[in-house]
Amino acid sequence: MARFDSLESSVGHTPLIGLPKLSPAPNVRLWAKMEDRNPTGSIKDRAALAMIEKAEADGSLKPGATILEPTSGNTGISLAMVAKTRGYKLICVMPENTSIERRQLLEMWGAKIIFSPAAGGSNEAVRVAKELAAKNPEWVFMYQYGNPANTLAHYQGTGPEIFADLPTITHFVAGLGTTGTLMGAGKYLREQNPDVQIIAAEPRYGEVVYGLRNIDEGFVPELYDASVLTRRFSVGAEDSVRRVRELLEVEGIFSGISTGAILHAALAMGAEAIRDSKSADIAFIVCDAGWKYLSTGVYSADHESASEKLDNQLWA
Amino acid sequence: MTTAAIEVRIPTILRPYTKDAKVVSADGADLKSLISDLDRQYPGLAERLLEDGALRRFINIYVNDEDVRFIGGLDAALKLGDSITVLPAVAGG
Repeated sequence: MARFDSLESSVGHTPLIGLPKLSPAPNVRLWAKMEDRNPTGSIKDRAALAMIEKAEADGSLKPGATILEPTSGNTGISLAMVAKTRGYKLICVMPENTSIERRQLLEMWGAKIIFSPAAGGSNEAVRVAKELAAKNPEWVFMYQYGNPANTLAHYQGTGPEIFADLPTITHFVAGLGTTGTLMGAGKYLREQNPDVQIIAAEPRYGEVVYGLRNIDEGFVPELYDASVLTRRFSVGAEDSVRRVRELLEVEGIFSGISTGAILHAALAMGAEAIRDSKSADIAFIVCDAGWKYLSTGVYSADHESASEKLDNQLWA
Repeated sequence: MTTAAIEVRIPTILRPYTKDAKVVSADGADLKSLISDLDRQYPGLAERLLEDGALRRFINIYVNDEDVRFIGGLDAALKLGDSITVLPAVAGG
């Protein structure tokens, strides 16, 4: 169905697109779940809409209220869109080492941004947001890292959509941030077929992002349940950028940088299937398109310097 | 008799233990013995990685980019040429 009553109701229902050239063999196929086709251009529209609807339903979010959220960008942009259409104010706490486009988009949709220090990355944004939430109890704290509505959006949306389009799925590969996508869609897919492998690709940033003062300041999202995952990979900027460019070059798909990390893990699964002489249908998430990352220069710089441009940036 | 040949990347927060070295070498047939060897070279490091005989909650260790918790944990087998990365768990998203 291509007709929707409003922008919000068009969230989800994204296409699953085959990659005939990047797939390693006719029986080992890669499928891209195009989450950039959501209204604000990222998978986060699903969680943002779900969290706001849940807060409205349970009475914690009242007309005209102010929403607070720590975000490296996409969740904030999605919340800002829903907040605008539903008449809420939004305050985002965002690390200062994020791309300029994310700031511009947040401001365009009417969000107020409070910057947190680059050192410590999203950890710092979470810490600052928690402090603000404690000081301002009238603000409604969405908290994507611990909000079950985030996981549920993928359990009820992303997972069933993929399974309906690809009942022969053998691997599901997605990024690990809040862990909502993997926990929700992963759990649903596992329930349909216990043999489906749920693979996490986690971005590995430059050093400043891991610049904690103390190891006890480390962070594991409350939503995370390791038992949902089969395997978990850490993918650095160099591999991510290489795969983003490959996806563009070979299949014509213009994706954001975190998708490169996910594709890297998906291709590793494909190579293993080939090695083991097995068939595979590998679905992976395209989290967003590349528009927001043009200013980083990774699409136009020469290959060697491209990933250096991301050093110490929160690129996923 | 063996020469240390497994490369271990140390995060900033733990470099006070390694005299600021970013990459160190160690030996071990599995992760547990590798950590013992690291601790022998850099006393105190094991205690920052382990708690009650298990990996600390906020420490992630990757063997050739794969999270060791999914490939045997401290019993994960290692071989010459493997690359180990130690990182604190941080928020994404």
